[in-house]
Amino acid sequence: MRRDWKFYSQLGLTIVLCLFIVVPVVMSALAGVTVNVFKGLSSGLTLRWIFEVWDLYAQSILLSLGIAMACLVVTLVAGVPLAYVLVRRPSRMMRLFEELLTLPVAIPGLALALALLITYGGVSGYRSSWLFILTGHVLFTLPFMVRSVAAVMAAMDMKMLEEGAASLGAGFWRRFFGVIVPNAKPGILAGALMVVTLSIGEFNLTWMLHTPLTKTLPVGLADAYASMRLEIGSAYTLIFFVLIMPLLIAMQALANRGSRASRRIDTAEDTL
Amino acid sequence: MSSVEHIKEGRSRPSFPWAFPSSLFGRATPGAGSPAILALLMLPGLIIVAAFFAIPMALVAMRVADGPDGLATYFVILTNDRYLASLIQTLVMSAGVTVTALILCGVCGLFLVRNRFAGRNVITALLTLPLSFPGTVVGFMVIMLAGRQGVIGSVTDALWGEKIVFAYEITGLFVGYLYFSIPRVILAVMASAEKLDPQLEEAARSLGAPTWRVVRDVILPGLMPGLVSSGAICFATAMGAFGTAFTLATDIDVLPMVIYTEFTRNANIAVAAALSIALGAMTWAVLAAVRIFVGNGATSGTGGGA
Repeated sequence: MRRDWKFYSQLGLTIVLCLFIVVPVVMSALAGVTVNVFKGLSSGLTLRWIFEVWDLYAQSILLSLGIAMACLVVTLVAGVPLAYVLVRRPSRMMRLFEELLTLPVAIPGLALALALLITYGGVSGYRSSWLFILTGHVLFTLPFMVRSVAAVMAAMDMKMLEEGAASLGAGFWRRFFGVIVPNAKPGILAGALMVVTLSIGEFNLTWMLHTPLTKTLPVGLADAYASMRLEIGSAYTLIFFVLIMPLLIAMQALANRGSRASRRIDTAEDTL
Repeated sequence: MSSVEHIKEGRSRPSFPWAFPSSLFGRATPGAGSPAILALLMLPGLIIVAAFFAIPMALVAMRVADGPDGLATYFVILTNDRYLASLIQTLVMSAGVTVTALILCGVCGLFLVRNRFAGRNVITALLTLPLSFPGTVVGFMVIMLAGRQGVIGSVTDALWGEKIVFAYEITGLFVGYLYFSIPRVILAVMASAEKLDPQLEEAARSLGAPTWRVVRDVILPGLMPGLVSSGAICFATAMGAFGTAFTLATDIDVLPMVIYTEFTRNANIAVAAALSIALGAMTWAVLAAVRIFVGNGATSGTGGGA
């Protein structure tokens, strides 16, 4: 391959873009373990900030993980059967419903949160519990689960599988859990990773829905950025990176494996 | 032959006493559950969508109409100078982010697919790193880059003795949305670029087409579906996002921030609701238009890229 100025200018631009992405991540990770950011790395490295973040925000971090798990359970229970019906028996009504289902992805989280607050803000026990935040997260993540599962279900020959199972005498539930669900596993797995990642990072909705007693990880982050020293904000961000990175790597590994089977996982639709 | 008998049996569904639910679903196909089972399967999702989305949204819409100005509140975004200015600023910034991200990622994405060199996979992985960063973290990254203690400030301070800081204004927000959009657009560009047929390009070149014509007439049309759908997502995100602006500064006058202040500081619920509905409708319209456009242009993958 001939490498001329065009190659090197494009390479240059790509590297600049790469630095733009990576430099702040590295800086913030370093700031989180530096004794004094204003003096720089020469002031030494410490884990003090990490422990301080844990003292201050352990509850938010744990709540976030709990909500993400609950959100996963709800989206699995509601989403997988929904995807099945949408793929197996498509109709005009079903398409309309699918549009309604995916609407929470398109409309800003702020609007969604406002609607929830206006409708259920008065129900005090519910408003002040973590279930209120869970509701928002489920609305926002359910479309991703449904789409991810539906994509795999649409690609497999469900009709043949089910006919085969039925001819062997399997009833509907047996067919569903014994044939359909195992065959849709890649989609369910991809959807699950997506749901957990999105739920852990969700801020737009959560900021409006949270109460002082129900703070999640990103709410704590915003709080730390606004009112704590830079090292604490950085250390907190570092904890977030450590939490989210395995999920991200698993997601990309799955996407790579899937793309060979000409399937693409839509990771591109979560909002900021 | 008994299994064949069974299949035949499966094909003739028992006729249902109530025709309504079965008419909701599409054509009956062998092996699928009965309408009652399908309805049961849909129930949890249906309840969630109805109780926590459709009804609240309808209530918000009614709440706006009940306000002091009635239905006119919906047009406040156009009649009030401040809201209109913030809408225009949001639109211009979102469009700017979209165009910038598409150009940068178009060039780099194509480059990464076309060339094999040491470190290529690492670069690809690094470029998609922020895929799951929430808006607040993206905002913090901008502060790291262009804030008071940021890299850009330190470098310019060392070079010219002047600190350049632009994190806490609309420029910072622009950079943040670019940061958020790059991984998404680059993935979409690379996915479309892999599907391009290099033979078309060869043919164009062998017919004597200059590079710019190859790009315009062969490469761009091929990349178009990916560019359009990821561009739409960029645009929609920049329109409705809130976390980044919230982290950078609360006085950046973009529409989501305006809605937030109307709701929390001024307790102006009717206006906040009207603005959110307007914002939601605009974003949805952009995504829907793109889906129709791309859906006609290419039948790619999972259907409905946006």
